[in-house]
Amino acid sequence: MSTLLSRSSANRVIPGFGLSLGFTIFYLALLVLIPLSAIFLKTFTMSWDAFVSAVTSPRVMASYRLSFGAALIGAAINVVFGGIVAWVLVRYQFPGKRIVDALVDLPFALPTAVAGITLTSLYSANGWIGKYLEQVGIKVAFTPLGVVIALTFIGLPFVVRTVQPVLEDAERELEEAAASLGASPWQTFSRVILPSVVPALLTGFALAFARATGEYGSVIFIAGNMPMVSEITPLFIITKLEQYDYTGATAIAVVMLLVSFLLLLAINLLQAWARKRAGK
Amino acid sequence: MSAVLDNHLKDKTAAARQISQTPRKATNTLEPGWVRYALIAVALVFLTLFLFVPLVAVFTEALKKGWDTYRESVLDPDALSAIRLTFIAAGIAVPLNLVFGVAAAWTIAKFEFPGKSLLLSLIDLPFSVSPVIAGLIYVLLFGSQGWFGPWLMDHDIKILFAVPGIVLATVFITFPFVARELIPLMQAQGSEEEEAALVLGASGWKTFFKVTLPNIKWGLLYGVILCNARAMGEFGAVSVVSGHIRGETNTMPLQVEILYNEYNFTAAFAIASLLALLALVTLAVKTFIEWRMHQAQKASVQDHTTEQ
Repeated sequence: MSTLLSRSSANRVIPGFGLSLGFTIFYLALLVLIPLSAIFLKTFTMSWDAFVSAVTSPRVMASYRLSFGAALIGAAINVVFGGIVAWVLVRYQFPGKRIVDALVDLPFALPTAVAGITLTSLYSANGWIGKYLEQVGIKVAFTPLGVVIALTFIGLPFVVRTVQPVLEDAERELEEAAASLGASPWQTFSRVILPSVVPALLTGFALAFARATGEYGSVIFIAGNMPMVSEITPLFIITKLEQYDYTGATAIAVVMLLVSFLLLLAINLLQAWARKRAGK
Repeated sequence: MSAVLDNHLKDKTAAARQISQTPRKATNTLEPGWVRYALIAVALVFLTLFLFVPLVAVFTEALKKGWDTYRESVLDPDALSAIRLTFIAAGIAVPLNLVFGVAAAWTIAKFEFPGKSLLLSLIDLPFSVSPVIAGLIYVLLFGSQGWFGPWLMDHDIKILFAVPGIVLATVFITFPFVARELIPLMQAQGSEEEEAALVLGASGWKTFFKVTLPNIKWGLLYGVILCNARAMGEFGAVSVVSGHIRGETNTMPLQVEILYNEYNFTAAFAIASLLALLALVTLAVKTFIEWRMHQAQKASVQDHTTEQ
């Protein structure tokens, strides 16, 4: 009751509600909502059959498989290694740790085009990493494997940065109690630590996956962009635009937008679950 | 993305809590030594492959043919005009989103109103939209077949394939950065200090500039730094609306693409190395701000404990 009272009195004291809310909504509508609604309105000019055939042609289906498949694999790699990186950064001391910690955000800060050309040159047949992989018969650049590498790079910080604070918050006493009650290190890990970080791992996975499905800049250089083989969905939208097929491009964009809204919903539910688990 | 941006704040509250408790040694691990070293090794090998090697490769490739070629590539007129356009786009987009971020954070942190959580998710929306789609929406609005296309053509106004389109796409892509940073910060700070200033007779604007702004300056700078890095590095959205006219509508990332596709690798990596430097500076400033905020928090926690 007292918080309710202080809140309503705060409403009276603090000025600028009309101005700040008005400006926020105006700016949001002008730059985000109205432009985004253009996508949906444009698809309403299509007949249902035309829409369905535009978003289910074999070439688009192949691009969905690649975009979502590679995003899934990249996010899974990041759950495993990002989880280990987060653990190592929170629990252990080693020289250069602060620099390593700061550099984890590099994929956020490095422009995607730079990441794209660099990964391509590293993994091409005569690149620093590619030449060793070539010797064992693995081709990365200009194959779907290259797409996985680029999407792993892009998603790297998401898992690390969602798991890190949860591990920092974890009550070490519980682990000590488990150990003193005779649990083996593996039992302590799988019964005490893992359950507490599962929500964060899943959230990180979903965030990395969501980012990877829409990613363009870092992928197009390394993918090779062969139709049916290594063509991602965002690139297919660009191809349609270059052919002046605006409705076709928009139809595919609507499918991608719906997928990202669903992912956003899933992420929000995961975060609510994680908060509940943490008891906050 | 939003969750990740939120986290450093949670980080700090967690850190503050930890300081107020008895300090704990970070090395009291239960697992055997070899597990610890194996995990550190796995983490470092993974990060080396995915972060350090690419970072070194950018600069190595850029300087492959020596400093003179590097200088030439960077000082090329097309490169310079790309650098100029990148600064113009970021110089317009970042201040706009800064003003928006402050207004949105003020609305959400200081007031209660219906539809607040909807407003919050709508602000986050641009993060979940693919950059290519962000570009596409402006093509649908301002392209020759678009809603405003014919009208713009009649009045001889160019938005698409010109600087305004690039600025609009950049604003869209970097839309939530500052707001996302300030909202949790201002919510955590509450409004007691502002109320005190207002009761003592300060005007609304004076309260904002003298009370609120000093309190949020580090968070604000944090948001601006991240917003700027994304604005200068954005590729997908800008690529759709730019039209790729050399020396006119190419930003630095687009110039990198063009040079790379022409097999002019050294020049492409020379421009890329400038962007990589920007990324490193961004990370350094970001780490510094995190350290500052951590120090401030520590000081305030210590103040409280001595008061008690």
